[in-house]
Amino acid sequence: MKRTAFAAVSSIALIASSAAFAEPQAEVLHWWTSGGEAKSVAVLQKEFADNGGTWTDMPVAGGGGDAAMSALRARVLSGNAPTAVQLKGPAIQEWYEEGVLANISAVAEAEGWADVLPASIAGHMKCEGEWCAAPVNVHRVDWIWANADVLEANGIAMPTTWDEFNAAAAKLQAAGVIPLAHGGQAWQDATVFEAVALGILGAEGFHKAFVELDEATLTSDAMVAVFDQMRTMRGYVDANFSGRDWNLATAMVMNGEAAFQIMGDWAKGEFMAAGKVPGEDFLCASTPGEGFLYNVDSFAMFDVDGDDKKAGQDLLAKLIVGPSFQEVFNLNKGSIPARTDVALDKFDTCAHLSADDMKASSENGSLLPSYAHGMALRGAQSGAITDVVTAHFNSDMSSADAVAQLAQAVASSY
Amino acid sequence: MTEWLENQLPKMVLAPSFIAVLVFVYGFIGWTAWVSLTRSKLLPKYELKGFVQYDKLFASPRWDTAFGNLFTFGILFIVIAMVLGLVLAIMLDQKIRVEGAIRTIYLYPMALSMIVTGTAWKWILNPGLGIEATVRGWGFENFSFDWVVNPDFAIYTIVIAAVWQSSGFVMALFLAGLRSVDEEIIKAAQVDGIPTWRIYSSIIIPSMAPIFLSAFIVLAHLAIKSFDLVIALTGGGPGYSTDLPATYMYAMAFSRGDIGQAASSAMVMMAVVFTIVVPYLYSELRAKNHG
Repeated sequence: MKRTAFAAVSSIALIASSAAFAEPQAEVLHWWTSGGEAKSVAVLQKEFADNGGTWTDMPVAGGGGDAAMSALRARVLSGNAPTAVQLKGPAIQEWYEEGVLANISAVAEAEGWADVLPASIAGHMKCEGEWCAAPVNVHRVDWIWANADVLEANGIAMPTTWDEFNAAAAKLQAAGVIPLAHGGQAWQDATVFEAVALGILGAEGFHKAFVELDEATLTSDAMVAVFDQMRTMRGYVDANFSGRDWNLATAMVMNGEAAFQIMGDWAKGEFMAAGKVPGEDFLCASTPGEGFLYNVDSFAMFDVDGDDKKAGQDLLAKLIVGPSFQEVFNLNKGSIPARTDVALDKFDTCAHLSADDMKASSENGSLLPSYAHGMALRGAQSGAITDVVTAHFNSDMSSADAVAQLAQAVASSY
Repeated sequence: MTEWLENQLPKMVLAPSFIAVLVFVYGFIGWTAWVSLTRSKLLPKYELKGFVQYDKLFASPRWDTAFGNLFTFGILFIVIAMVLGLVLAIMLDQKIRVEGAIRTIYLYPMALSMIVTGTAWKWILNPGLGIEATVRGWGFENFSFDWVVNPDFAIYTIVIAAVWQSSGFVMALFLAGLRSVDEEIIKAAQVDGIPTWRIYSSIIIPSMAPIFLSAFIVLAHLAIKSFDLVIALTGGGPGYSTDLPATYMYAMAFSRGDIGQAASSAMVMMAVVFTIVVPYLYSELRAKNHG
């Protein structure tokens, strides 16, 4: 009897104390474990601690997030979800449909997120109109990187159309330079493919094809032309490209072995780490065509119990979108802030170009999600498209066959 | 009491592992079969939807490639590894001097993990680094050996690496088999003046039938569950030309969040294993019952 009384009193005390202090707690599942990325997370961790929170780190490395997703699945199935999870694009909606995401609209409205985030990016962070995730950064995918010396030596300017690119590549090939540094991994094939598709289909066509999965667009002549261009570009990569990692391809551009690389702005980090200067040693430009393909990392907030965890979630959301974190994090990571009101004084010229283009494309409606990096479509659909893209690029499949397969693969991926 | 304990003890000792196998092997096979009949995506759902996942699976060109590769790879791997292993074993059986050392050398690849084998062969076969570059460096400018980057031939590079890894092991199995054949019979044959090749083909090899079966079973299951070798050597590429059912299943389950599709491919893989293993088990059990 005495014992139960004691237990009751102490549990009341516990409830009282947790209500009174509600020390913010957050368990954060992410896969930013390598060099610059780990540094970037440490920034957030420190800010969180400075605001009185307790951060439980749960890094799961490996497989580009596959391992982390397996861990998340296990945690959710056992009814013990982490506070925040590094998720992006439609995956957020997919988890929302499983009924496990939290509503952080209170924080988002207090902080005025709607005013500072580009509308199409904000759209990814909302689940049926309520905020459920916080964006961290914006990576641009449709970049073309070039070795400045190689271009100068061959009298070539950065291409602004795909025809110009082809002409430049032919010239480089004749001069004995590999025109396009590329790694034959499915996601890299898809990255090049979507850059080409954006250029040839235009922003509207890209949206129809890779966001709406409109069958007419997927089977259009323009899509055949996209595959034709991919076939042409297959001729511009060296014979040895199969399975090469993207950073080795970047190194080929750096040391002048190759002239161009089409890759997201994480490639910039490689150039910078090697002490190269943008505009002098290497050049950055958007790939030929109008538009901006974004790859936005974000943290989705999961439903958690307990005031301390909820307080931690709110604090975390506030800090993630806060201007100071957005600046420091993105300086480390090589991307640009998701919010548009952060001063870019400390950023390099490529980041400025990226930010300007993001603003402009947000206004004219050509700010589009990257399909190759899981922003536009769910895993099954984007995977089905990538299968066709990589099979076409790595064989002698005709463009017409590829288009037919594309439509079939998309139709059967639901 | 003690008598009762004596009778029950073996059952009690075996019960935990029996239950574990029942739940974790057969229970989860049943679970996978169930999930393969649903439209599970990110998380498993349990509402049955019929055979949609199997329809999708057999309509997918990528699965076609993966499934075809299983047979190309499996048959070539098993046949070449067995033939090579047998030849090596017969050669070692000729009472040569440093047999122990040579046997160890051939057996050693088995000690490496498939990841190491795959990575090493990836570099050896890479046209810009390995054999092709070396031979060209010797002055044969037209020499070409680019299988690993050629989608039509890449699957054969997996066969090469797998054979390299496993044939030493097969050799050891066969060597043990060769040694277990009764010396007396061989001596009698030699006295009768029968040529050596005839002794091997008519006496020794036929008496090694059980060893062939064991080697086949071991190699077949290695072939079907091959995963790490493909991941390390080609990553399933170029394109998806070297995908195997195991890598397909992994991609669907863990990269694409398509658990239903992954489950259906796992069930098909299991069906393949059963078609090989069940006849073997059947013959084994029958032989025991009669013996």
